Amino acid sequence: MSYKDYIREEKLPLMWCKGCSHGITLASIARAMDTLKLDPEKTVVVTGIGCWGKSDDYFRTHVFHGTHGRALSFATGIKIPKEELKVLVLMGDGDGTTIGGNHFLHTARRNIDMTAIVTNNFNYGMTGGQYSSTSPEGSITSTSKYGTAEKSIDICDLAITSGATYVGRSTPYHVKQMDNLIAEAVDHKGFSMVEVTSLCPTYYGRYNYRANSVDMMKMMKDQGVKKSKYDELDESKKKECFPIGKLHQVEEEDFNTKYKKVKESIN
Amino acid sequence: MGEVKFLQGNEACAEGAIAAGGRFFGGYPITPSSEIAAVAAAKLPKVDGCYLQLEDEIASIAAVIGASMSGAKSFTATSGPGFSLMQENLGVAVIGEVPCVIINVSRGGPSTGLATKQAQGDVMQTRWGTHGDHSIIVLAPSSVQECFDLTVEAFNLSEKYRTPVIVLTDKTVGHLREDVEIKKPEELEIVDRKKPTCSPEEYKPYKPDTDMIPPISNYGDPHLQRVNSSMHGEEGFLDMSPENSQKVVQRLWDKIEKNIDDIGMIETYHMDDAETAIISFGISARSSLQAVDKARKEGQKIGLVQLKTLWPFPEDKIKEAVKDCSDLVVVELNMGQLALEVERVFRDKDVLRINKFSGEDILPGEILEKLKEVPS
Ligand SMILES: Cc1ncc(C[n+]2csc(CCOP(=O)(O)OP(=O)(O)O)c2C)c(N)n1
Repeated sequence: MSYKDYIREEKLPLMWCKGCSHGITLASIARAMDTLKLDPEKTVVVTGIGCWGKSDDYFRTHVFHGTHGRALSFATGIKIPKEELKVLVLMGDGDGTTIGGNHFLHTARRNIDMTAIVTNNFNYGMTGGQYSSTSPEGSITSTSKYGTAEKSIDICDLAITSGATYVGRSTPYHVKQMDNLIAEAVDHKGFSMVEVTSLCPTYYGRYNYRANSVDMMKMMKDQGVKKSKYDELDESKKKECFPIGKLHQVEEEDFNTKYKKVKESIN
Repeated sequence: MGEVKFLQGNEACAEGAIAAGGRFFGGYPITPSSEIAAVAAAKLPKVDGCYLQLEDEIASIAAVIGASMSGAKSFTATSGPGFSLMQENLGVAVIGEVPCVIINVSRGGPSTGLATKQAQGDVMQTRWGTHGDHSIIVLAPSSVQECFDLTVEAFNLSEKYRTPVIVLTDKTVGHLREDVEIKKPEELEIVDRKKPTCSPEEYKPYKPDTDMIPPISNYGDPHLQRVNSSMHGEEGFLDMSPENSQKVVQRLWDKIEKNIDDIGMIETYHMDDAETAIISFGISARSSLQAVDKARKEGQKIGLVQLKTLWPFPEDKIKEAVKDCSDLVVVELNMGQLALEVERVFRDKDVLRINKFSGEDILPGEILEKLKEVPS
């Protein structure tokens, strides 16, 4: 099999705007599936609502396209009765950590064995570029013309604090790293989360940097700093960039394993 | 013969769910439904099932829907406020055609209202709570035995029609203790979802058979499944064309409404020679039953039609039962939600309403008192 076998080529071209990086992430996921030789019959791609929520259209696996913010909850139900399924949950930042923040926290805490891939374009693409809980403070969006007055969430920090057992971050510029991270995350047993910063030149880039996709790609290259290097930077320098790569991994029993032990103890 | 136990309505619902094959419960505690969760939590791990307590009702029904598509018969239990939180994803189960059972043990509202008190105020919420046009199946037990039997029936109907089914009980039925026969699974008729018979390549998740119901492939099966909450064509991909949208909504409606004979259940009592018919459901039907007995002793020709199916509204069966009655009396613990439907169907008859929304049940004596207003 090749990575293309996981993609529904008949559904191309992609539906996303020119310059959007969702296609890069999509291909990266397909390559990770191929690296792990996932069986499409035992793989479920779960999405919510948003631009990235449309990504299930392109996968030749089982899919579930649910409601905005609830993808992890549908996925939790999908995983529990059928442990052998590989479950990949694809969400935007709005989907994953804004409207879905509570589910994100609890799915991580339960250590349900699945992989969340959160594309963070720092705004709500689908509904016209409004601010999200990940929009950096002061961001200009269609609903914050004078700059947001809210602190933003760091998705990876949130995942680690909540109990995710694998957390990584990559960018559309660092494709090889993204491929490896996603494959490693999917292979990890327990709740894994990969944040992919993403380019939204149509809204976020245009409003905040007057940037096109190429400019934004350069920003990703400059701002994404390998974790080992990032850790050595001064606090002031850290503010200008973000760590990428594997940020956290621990071995811990996942929910299904623990629940099985509960069952064994009573039967 | 199954085992006879002295149980609460809520406990009987949980027993019924497990007897019907329910193996996944996802829920969030709320009075007066919590005993259902407690029994599910105690029993499911013993039958290789799972009880999961989620962070809220939104996640609960989402997990129930997901688990069902992985092949586990799934259910949840809640009360009015939690049921409100489930409404958006109830719509997912409708348009995604996912079998599952939601038990709503209703209590007094609006809002947190009378959190620990009795009411039947969710008749319309079960019918129209989620957005858009759709049909729905709602069953309403009035005794502990019916809690068991109708929960089994709810699972069967949900599997058969590929749709969510709601069991609507109320605080009094939920907490009532009575003898109940817990039938063994082998004594029950259990319906399982229809699986595809075509090759995996040919499978289309939303291509209906002539019975209007598409076969279900579960996650993990060779036939790739595409559950889609958006308007979709037969393959499960977005299709918002006017032709497709019209067709899909119509089929979702017809697969239930055109099978009303199979789904609609009523129980009649002293209706043979009745001149006045009480129409009621849930605990109010129990009060009505006693009122009928007392009225009969005084020589009044009164009967009862108890609705076991609230939606789709079994209008033909009710029409047949009350055809010789000049008056109809609708008894319910709300401001007249069921009466609205009765009045819609029976424009040619007088409809008297008996309502209470104080958090207490309607007593048989109160019904008798009100019945004096029926013109004789
Ligand atoms: C309950 C609910 N509220 C609001 C919406 C409208 N809505 C659709 S997509 C979206 C935001 C999507 O943003 P994000 O998840 O970041 O994904 P992106 O489109 O940026 O990829 C919103 C608010 C909805 N579909 N459902």
